[in-house]
Amino acid sequence: MTVTYEEALQEYEPVFGLETHVELGTTTKMFCGCLTAFGAEPNTHVCPICLGLPGSLPAVNRLSIEYAIKIGLALNCSIAAWCRFARKNYFYPDMPKNFQISQYDEPLCTEGYLDVLVGGETVRIGIERVHLEEDTGKSLHVGGATGRIQGAEYSLVDYNRAGIPLVEIVTKPVPGTGFLAPEVAKAYVTELRDVLRTLGVSDVRMEEGSMRCDVNTSISPRGSGVWGTRTETKNVNSLRSVERAVRSEVARQAEVLGTGSRIRQETRHFHEDTGVTTSGRSKEEAQDYRYFPEPDLVPVAPSGSWVEEIRSSLPELPSARRGRLIEAWSLSELEFEALRNAGALDAVEATVAAGASPADARKWWLGELARRANDAGIDVSALPITPAQVARVAELVAAGTLNDRLARQVIEGVLDDEGTPDEVVAARGLAVVSDDSALTAAVDEAIAANPEVAAKIRDGKVAAAGALVGAVMKATRNKADATRVRELILERLS
Amino acid sequence: MDELITMTAAELSAAVAAGDVSAAEVTGAHLERIAAVDERVRAFLHVAAEDALAQAREVDRKRAAGEPLGLLAGVPVAVKDLFTTVGAPATCGSKILEGWYPPYESTITGRLRDAGAVLIGKTNMDEFAMGSSTENSGYGPSHNPWDLARVPGGSSGGSAAAVAAYEAPLALGTDTGGSIRQPASVCGIVGTKPTYGGSSRYGVVAFASSLDTPGPFGRNVLDTALLHEAMSGHDPLDSTSIDAPVPPVVAAARHGDVSGMRIGIVTDLSGAGYQPGVMSRFTEAVELLESLGAKVTELSCPHFRYALPAYYLIAPSECSSNLARFDGMRFGLRAGSGSAEEVMAQTRAAGFGTEVKRRIMLGTHALSSGYYDAYYGKAQQVRTLIIADFEAAFGQVDVLVSPVTPTTAFRLGERADDPMAMYLADLCTIPANLAGNAAISVPCGLADEDGMPVGLQVMAPPLADDRLYRVAAAVEAAFTARLGHPLLTESKGLDA
Repeated sequence: MTVTYEEALQEYEPVFGLETHVELGTTTKMFCGCLTAFGAEPNTHVCPICLGLPGSLPAVNRLSIEYAIKIGLALNCSIAAWCRFARKNYFYPDMPKNFQISQYDEPLCTEGYLDVLVGGETVRIGIERVHLEEDTGKSLHVGGATGRIQGAEYSLVDYNRAGIPLVEIVTKPVPGTGFLAPEVAKAYVTELRDVLRTLGVSDVRMEEGSMRCDVNTSISPRGSGVWGTRTETKNVNSLRSVERAVRSEVARQAEVLGTGSRIRQETRHFHEDTGVTTSGRSKEEAQDYRYFPEPDLVPVAPSGSWVEEIRSSLPELPSARRGRLIEAWSLSELEFEALRNAGALDAVEATVAAGASPADARKWWLGELARRANDAGIDVSALPITPAQVARVAELVAAGTLNDRLARQVIEGVLDDEGTPDEVVAARGLAVVSDDSALTAAVDEAIAANPEVAAKIRDGKVAAAGALVGAVMKATRNKADATRVRELILERLS
Repeated sequence: MDELITMTAAELSAAVAAGDVSAAEVTGAHLERIAAVDERVRAFLHVAAEDALAQAREVDRKRAAGEPLGLLAGVPVAVKDLFTTVGAPATCGSKILEGWYPPYESTITGRLRDAGAVLIGKTNMDEFAMGSSTENSGYGPSHNPWDLARVPGGSSGGSAAAVAAYEAPLALGTDTGGSIRQPASVCGIVGTKPTYGGSSRYGVVAFASSLDTPGPFGRNVLDTALLHEAMSGHDPLDSTSIDAPVPPVVAAARHGDVSGMRIGIVTDLSGAGYQPGVMSRFTEAVELLESLGAKVTELSCPHFRYALPAYYLIAPSECSSNLARFDGMRFGLRAGSGSAEEVMAQTRAAGFGTEVKRRIMLGTHALSSGYYDAYYGKAQQVRTLIIADFEAAFGQVDVLVSPVTPTTAFRLGERADDPMAMYLADLCTIPANLAGNAAISVPCGLADEDGMPVGLQVMAPPLADDRLYRVAAAVEAAFTARLGHPLLTESKGLDA
């Protein structure tokens, strides 16, 4: 590609929108009693209903409606007092009935928004609709180069996924975010994922496909106010890919327009390995899904009291928590973002609850612990240390029993399964030496061994004391209280 | 004829319960009758002889063990071939499902098994219930036992013919636009379309979901009510099933009393195109009801004239979607080779008959973008007006009456090439489907021109199915008294 994103932005303004499919975490499927568990042997979680056998009928899983309402409320949507399912008709082997039960012009939730934080600024993303539908089966195309149906020798279909409840969350188009568009898109998906996880309605694992994004992108010549033709990029299945997909599609569209061609309205596929999109099905010969109200299901009419009951049971949402923690911990929004992006919010909050100061808790989780998690290639929250143990380490440091260097060794011990912080301190003998008589000898030795440095200090070059402190610390294998060592050196040489 | 096959279902279950006859003997007698006549009637697509005898012996074992017996203990029931039953094929009259054995049981047949009924076989039908003569069956037509050269009606023609030919005392059908009432009428038996939602559709292969209504056939009103009661009731597996008590149809069938009842004649369902013999029997039936103390008035349901066109948009639209699953991927016929898309197309081309293809195309067009509002949307508005017509009428009268179908049974082949003529057979029955009302066909004599049976249609508001049986029982009692025997015994087509 010759046009870069940066070059594209000189002439064009990106507009994007996201359609996110989320598999709900109900135990059973949307219209039958089959289990939704991921990873079972193919075609073992199936029955006449989710296989669409002749004569079978759907019956709605009440919990899926409740979950969708929860999501709608968390996204500040209106909940329809009456709505219907609709059939989306098209033929494909992984669709058992050759129609999908979805919602069309009567979605369950409409007109909401989600505020996301990017670079310390809040961007409000409009939510067009949230609706319920059933997932399809999963095709495996065997043979052929692309893994797609074209060119495959044969295809296998696993219907375990067919009928798992899905919620589709559709944003309004998001203009006006300029250069930050890819980051805003990613921040939206991140925030949405956090909301859904907080609600407990889905395990939101993008890598397992329980959360999948389609990214709509178009570009608008700067200052024109006219939006270009949009493309829909499918298969965008990680947070990083959301950002990359917007970025590469904006650049590609600018390049196409730059050569005097026009943008085709089409579906494009995102390639995780190369970060570019390739052309898929054209939407210009528009597929006609022949939607009509699903006659096998009665309308969904959630009562006002049920909706209010659900509303009152909502947990604290990420945005409310953000406001609360920013205030309680005196953070800037950037500091808060760093904490959230590191995946350390829960751990820090629990560490503070266990008695540590917010500053100490942040320091340990974003510093030493984040580094170790990174080395181990795991989430910081997955480290084998509890917030209470981190709080105890912080407490020992505050009390002067440990210095930072010793504290890191204590943490290492805990992570290596050597026991609690106190047990590691005892077993490794890690307490700080702050007894003057024990330190005086070491100080005297250091002065004797470094006469030139000592002379400089006597001449008033106090900064040179650092070298002697280092020597003492080395001699005491870092167990000394460095502040006290410095005081002793300066006393001796004054 | 063997006495066992002429007994009513009520008599048979009583005799089995009393130990006067075994269920196995009853089933055996009906299997013999099928063996003797079905080559000519062709009511059955599949006779489950061994399985039926096993079911019957189980009833006998229960009786011997003193276990409770159900409402239909030992009574054979013929089942339209679109109900799923474990152990028997379900073709829906279509080549596309040839050889498919459903792995699950429909709610209704499950209930009948629990009630002690013996499912004796699966009956012929117009393919996927689309038709009024059984000539659209992929397996050849059934014949009217009154006159084998004539059709038994449809789409549940096999079930109606089986009952009229004494091959089974009872049968199950489905009624989407008249598919129970019209064959009952032209075969001289009783058939009911219950209130939509009163009988479960779970395990009933769909034609048009918002219209399909499973219902009973019987040779008399009480038998029909017994099957109606046994098969009905709320089913959580069918979301459109009504969670309300089953109307007291059996009690109503035992008390055919119409004195003081307000009966409305729908004037819109008469006139040009109606066979004179049909109209004169209908008029006589109304006079009879009046003589029994009913208050008869005439009234108009002005939107009924739009029912047929609205139906032929709604039913094909739903069927175009319901029948999409027959694609050769998971069950039934698979034809051709190549890509999945090619196999689907070739399977459907090879497996579906002409009428089914016609309706799929009609429905696909009616739902397509740009046409939806003019066709499907408009038809749904008409439906609302028809419901309003019914509501207005039922504000004035307790039941409505009309002929069931404009003519008696026509000859095989007579309308096979003229879909419009075929569609007119359902002119009087469709309004009740569009509105979800209950309706019944009860014999009211033979037409003078051809000596073929004529039916009286009675329509009642939703969940007032019992009113149908009060009226039907009164009509039946009066006619039987006048003739000195049941009308059906005048049938000479088989046993002359």
